[in-house]
Amino acid sequence: MSFLRSMASGLQSIFRKKQARRELDEELNGFLEMAAEEKMKGGLTRKDALRAVRLERGSLEVSKEEVRSAGWESFLETCWQDLRYAARQLRANLLVAAAAILSLALGIGANTAIFQLIDAVRLRTLPVNHPQEIAKIAIDHRGSASGSFSSRYPDLTFAMWEQIRKQQQGFSKVFAWGPTVFNIAPGGEVHNAQGLWVSGEFFETLGVQPALGRLLGPADDQPACGSAAVAISYSFWQREFGGERFVLDRTLTINRHAFRIVGVAPADFTGVEVGRYFDVAAPLCGEPLVNGEYSQRKSRSGWWLSVMGRRKPGWSIERAAAQLRAISPGLFEATLPPEFNPSNAKHFLQYKLGAFAADSGLSDLRQDYEKPLWLLLGLAGLVLLIASANLANLMLARASTREREIGVRLALGAGRGRLIRQLLAESLLLALIGAGLGALLARSLGQVLVASLSTPHDPLFIDLGMDWRMLGFTVGLAVLTCILFGLAPALRSANVAPGIVLKECTRGTTAGRSRFGLRRVLVVSQIALSLTLLVGALLFARSLNNLAGLDAGFRQDGVLVADVDFTPLRIPKEARIAFSDNLLQRVRAIPGVETAALASIVPLSGDGIGHDILWGETGEPEGDAPVAAFNIVSPGYFDTLRTKILSGRDFDDHDTLASPNVAIVNEQFAHKFAKGANPVGLKFRVRSLQTTRLYEIIGLVRNTKYSDLREDFPSIVYTAKAQYLTPGTDAQILVRSHAGLVGLTAAIKSTAEAVNPNMDISFSALRTTIEEGLLRDRLMARLSGFFAILAVLLAVVGLYGVMSYMVAQRRNEIAIRMALGAAPASIVKLVMQESGTLLLVGLVIGAAIALAGGRAATAMLFGLNPGDPLTLGAALIGLSVVAALASLLPARRASRNDPMLALRDE
Amino acid sequence: MADKPSDLVQGTLDMLILKTLALEPMHGYGIAVRLEQMSHGVFRVNAGSLFVAFQRLQRAGLIKGEWKATENSRRAKYYALTEQGRKQLNSETREWGRQVAAIARILEAS
Repeated sequence: MSFLRSMASGLQSIFRKKQARRELDEELNGFLEMAAEEKMKGGLTRKDALRAVRLERGSLEVSKEEVRSAGWESFLETCWQDLRYAARQLRANLLVAAAAILSLALGIGANTAIFQLIDAVRLRTLPVNHPQEIAKIAIDHRGSASGSFSSRYPDLTFAMWEQIRKQQQGFSKVFAWGPTVFNIAPGGEVHNAQGLWVSGEFFETLGVQPALGRLLGPADDQPACGSAAVAISYSFWQREFGGERFVLDRTLTINRHAFRIVGVAPADFTGVEVGRYFDVAAPLCGEPLVNGEYSQRKSRSGWWLSVMGRRKPGWSIERAAAQLRAISPGLFEATLPPEFNPSNAKHFLQYKLGAFAADSGLSDLRQDYEKPLWLLLGLAGLVLLIASANLANLMLARASTREREIGVRLALGAGRGRLIRQLLAESLLLALIGAGLGALLARSLGQVLVASLSTPHDPLFIDLGMDWRMLGFTVGLAVLTCILFGLAPALRSANVAPGIVLKECTRGTTAGRSRFGLRRVLVVSQIALSLTLLVGALLFARSLNNLAGLDAGFRQDGVLVADVDFTPLRIPKEARIAFSDNLLQRVRAIPGVETAALASIVPLSGDGIGHDILWGETGEPEGDAPVAAFNIVSPGYFDTLRTKILSGRDFDDHDTLASPNVAIVNEQFAHKFAKGANPVGLKFRVRSLQTTRLYEIIGLVRNTKYSDLREDFPSIVYTAKAQYLTPGTDAQILVRSHAGLVGLTAAIKSTAEAVNPNMDISFSALRTTIEEGLLRDRLMARLSGFFAILAVLLAVVGLYGVMSYMVAQRRNEIAIRMALGAAPASIVKLVMQESGTLLLVGLVIGAAIALAGGRAATAMLFGLNPGDPLTLGAALIGLSVVAALASLLPARRASRNDPMLALRDE
Repeated sequence: MADKPSDLVQGTLDMLILKTLALEPMHGYGIAVRLEQMSHGVFRVNAGSLFVAFQRLQRAGLIKGEWKATENSRRAKYYALTEQGRKQLNSETREWGRQVAAIARILEAS
């Protein structure tokens, strides 16, 4: 009650300020008058009486101030005054204020943008009911596995999913899903949409409600798949159908098969995968229809599903996992692919299922980007620290010019607390404006970041919405920076002894020497931190350069990959090789095409095939057989990629199904299996799931990278396309040409259409595909470079400011030296010595931090280690040169001063 | 000692103001004079502390103020105890008595 009354009366005195003041005035006046009248009765004159009362009871003004400042509302009021005063101060120094706000906004903006990504990718939970109940079911520590893998989460096979659904007990509902790409064009050039295969329980388990129509249910996912329904996402609905209601019951073709659209998912539901989105969700039963002979659902060794579920109340993750572990032996026995050889089967039967928390969804981005993002946040934090140091310097400079003013105010009885508050108000205002702008900046920065990680083949969607965590982060940063750059100067200047400051009114030669120390410390730490950032940026730049300039064993430029899918033509297996060969011949005939070849694997595209190698014509290996990477290519492949054949020959038209199996191997293979001898003429066997075939080596080629630029050269076996027993229904044609890309793709398209218009074609440039694999490295190099430039700029400004200040402070001393005959050069030397000391100390500390902190980046660097002396040396020299230039300016200014002018000023 | 006004024991000013108002409503100066008289000139309160105390007591709902004419036909704000203020005075007086007795016992013990 009394609290409320106090609030009410406080508010009253704020809103009825004038009246409250008048009343207090009248009351106090009356009090003093009455006291004076009493004294006058004792015979004093009115004047003497009033004086006596003032002495006894205190003066009117002091009493008023005392009463007014006692209520809580006065605190608010003075805060408001402080802020207004601070705003006036900032307006008076507009340029300085703008620079300060800009550097803060950049620092806070960069931090917030990166935190935003971390928040979205790592910290946020799925936008579904009770996300903490959602868990993922997968094989615990699967390690290597055999079979065919598709989707980003090839956790389980369809057979396993069916068994899990039947046998699990810890979940009230479970569902299976797998991301994929759907070609939704009715024909011609491919139009890709992000697809999801989902079991009938998908939407139900997650508790997602439709925005329009209905979502898929168990009835849509029956083995017969009669109705063949699909649900689409909200964004796809808006994008492709303009958000019109007539979309229901419309037909959508997926790989030329018709599906009926039955509903639209809500706008905030983008699937269970963070950082990705889906356009179309289709039931698992439709998969054999769409993928035909490549169906993963029909194959027992097709890994393409991820299984998740909602835990029953009372079932912990551990309990659910224990139950899954218990059913594992029977489950894997029942789902063993019949084609597995004994060694594969033994490994398979040892698998154990487990359950894993998935309340924040799944994300392959997390694995790739979590560590880099935290590292970038650290770098951005350093930039903000440097910016704060600059501001602290600025505030200290401001405080020292106001020293006298503050001394006078203290002498007149101003409270130290109030003064500190006033000085802090200015910093707080700067910090808040900086944070506000920073938050705005962060939005655009975040979008740029997401866009730079997104590629046409692998589009990302990251919801960068504001949430309490983000808000807290930004406000926290603002307050932290304010304390960092505002508190020390405020405390320091309010702590002056008024007597001393007032006596020091003339500029003594040693004025402010003691108070100068903190500024030096700040500059030293700025130099140290910016060196750290510079070293980091150079490391990432050089690492990227190493990767981009790496000799992958083939020429990446000028190669176009045309992927022709002729599944719709229903060509029988026996005729497929001839068909793609015919296609290849026609492409080779296009003017401007130098060479062209077919390949089942485009190097560095991320795809791969692996098989066991059994060396020699007979004999079983002890333990596991060594594995080599495979590529099935046509003649001319090595010529097209400009990979040198070191010995033997390329495939030619004489290598057919009728002739003995031949293979070409790379240097690494020869080194590993033939122990460095020329392998041409030697024989080995290839053991795949179904068969073991004998091959004779007819050629040796240079080492090339296979799936990743960072890997060591793997052992690679090339086999002839013409001898391939199970050719597929698509042809990847690698075309080397000096013709323009646009003309070439058009020519290939019309060539293919001349053969048959019902094929799907997509194009990509080899170089672009490879560069997309360096996305993370490019991001690290660019961002750390940006941060480093910012940091060096800020540090140099800081150094310049401090040196200028020092020169101004020592103006008299310098003038006297010059008057006594010191040459300008010696004055320059004096100043440079001073800044050189600061620089040296900063560099030594910075180098130590860089060496210690560099370990965090080791895993992200390629071809150099964090302690790389060349990088460190370059950073040291670069920073020193810039810093020297920054201090040379004030030094020259000092040496050009007219000593007489300075001394007369005294 | 007696001729020089001394400082109040901390926190007792509120209680003393309540006590002076227990008899009748009074204006600020009246309260100050009464405090001085009743303490035989030991306590002299300055205007600032007195009015801060009025503000505090008013906000706590222990006293309330009303503008009235004085005997010298001057306008002044008269303060009066509220019911809550009376209760507070009683409990504080009791507490004070207890404490003084306890302190006295300690001081006499040696």
